Amino acid sequence: MKNKMYPFYFSFGAIALYSLFMVIPGLMGFYLSFTDWNRYSSEINFIGFKNFELIFSKQNYWHSISNSMIFTVVTIVLKTVIALLLALLLTKGLKRFVNFHRVVIYLPAIIPMIVIGIVFRSILHPTTGVLNESLRGIGLDFLAQRWLTNPHIALYSVIFVDTWKGVGFIMVILIAGLQVIPSEYYEAAQIDGANGWDELWKITLPLLMPTLTVTTVLNLLYGLRVFDIVWVLTNGGPGYATETVYTVVFKEFSKGRYGVSTALSTLLFVIMSLFGYWLIKAMHNKELDR
Amino acid sequence: MMQIKMLVLMSKIRRILNHSFAILISLIMFVPIYLLVVNSLKDSVQSRAMGLELPTSIHLENYLAVIEQGKLGAAFLNSVLYATTATIIVVIFSTTAAFVLSRNRSPRNRFLYFFIVLGIAMPINYVALTKVMQATHLINTVAGIAMLYAATKIPFGVFLIYAFIESIPREIDEAAIIDGCDPFTLFFRVIFPLLTPAWVTTAILSFLDFWSEFILPLYFLQSSAKWPMTLAVYNFFGRYEASWNLVSADIVLTILPVIVVYLLGQRYILSGMTSGAVKG
Repeated sequence: MKNKMYPFYFSFGAIALYSLFMVIPGLMGFYLSFTDWNRYSSEINFIGFKNFELIFSKQNYWHSISNSMIFTVVTIVLKTVIALLLALLLTKGLKRFVNFHRVVIYLPAIIPMIVIGIVFRSILHPTTGVLNESLRGIGLDFLAQRWLTNPHIALYSVIFVDTWKGVGFIMVILIAGLQVIPSEYYEAAQIDGANGWDELWKITLPLLMPTLTVTTVLNLLYGLRVFDIVWVLTNGGPGYATETVYTVVFKEFSKGRYGVSTALSTLLFVIMSLFGYWLIKAMHNKELDR
Repeated sequence: MMQIKMLVLMSKIRRILNHSFAILISLIMFVPIYLLVVNSLKDSVQSRAMGLELPTSIHLENYLAVIEQGKLGAAFLNSVLYATTATIIVVIFSTTAAFVLSRNRSPRNRFLYFFIVLGIAMPINYVALTKVMQATHLINTVAGIAMLYAATKIPFGVFLIYAFIESIPREIDEAAIIDGCDPFTLFFRVIFPLLTPAWVTTAILSFLDFWSEFILPLYFLQSSAKWPMTLAVYNFFGRYEASWNLVSADIVLTILPVIVVYLLGQRYILSGMTSGAVKG
């Protein structure tokens, strides 16, 4: 009966496209990362761990992995803290115009990253950019920097722009998380004489933990595969200062060195599939709790 | 008495501070769009610094210039074509798959559900994907890029719709079966309309992402005639980096559709973003 009314072939389209374009390349990557596959020869030879040895020995590859890690950790912290502040402000601090602010703060999230990058190239311009002009305008000349060309701060400028774009997305999820916390808890706490600070640490944060886990994992998965924003803002430069895993993957790909490129992608594939498994388990457990 | 007055005053000050802070944040979020719009109306000299000041004279001809020079029309149509085709594929394949996987929870179907949903986290191996694209002759084709876009969003679509189907009572299926429906009529005439909120959310979120997609066409569309808006804008920016008025006009035209879709569909977007992450 079930098989007749819910025919299995209804799921074929989804499974076929997903397998063909995402799973199969992912699995093929495992094999291809152990080969010397490149643009200039039609032969593909097995070369063992050479690509991985190269990745862990050459500084610019290694650097891209560490940059991706720094990017991921710092954006997780910044987005979570700022988004939480904004979510609390909109749910508890304001009574009117809440939806207006929510719509505006989420707005950057829907604009193509490539566009955000181009606009911020102008905003962060050392001499004519709006940021430095404003800083000079209020007498903070010493804070005006070469935001995207100074190798020591370029990565942090990229992180700043990405946080600006992504914080609204995290805020919206946190607002929804805050709204499902029963108000009786707060009423009971107030009767017991708790102040705002107690409420935050003893009610809000513990009950928001599942939502914070989800946003953290989403930020993590996003951060590790960052590409567009780096590509437009700095193109990995100055030097290798802002190179991330996916920018190196693309550069190696453009140079025709497919083997190394695949090996880097495969490393990421393994790491992220593990995180993904963890995410789905976390979400699934929450469903069971209900 | 004095104390109560103080308390009222305090809460008033607090409210004003909160509102000012919220307005400040909203302004910061809005600055780039403001910059784009005002600079798209300036002449090339005034827009050189891409400043905050209002245009001294209005130059709507910038828009005409970018439409001609940037081959914007073709890129716009490409983006519309890729994004709508891929969105339709995502909606049909995700709803049908989520429907049978959710209603018939055999061990095999449970496994398949997790297998598909794992794709939310899975990064695409672009390099190895070129091999698949070549082998299937889909590289550099419209059909290929549309299916590729769709494949990246199917896991999310299945996840969102699967959860929603649980809220539709099975009695409806049974009634339809007794009335003599076959699986197709049951799904397309009965279930699909009931799934509207879920698939509209999936469609809007997918469309917005497809419109912004940059990396897939960068890898898999070599000929510039097939480029979507994002690649065209990036290329246009490379050529006219000094003419911020033209670059701004180009960008405004690129993001106009997503802003319209967002403002019209923001209810669905905000609900969709959260229904996956927070179960209330």
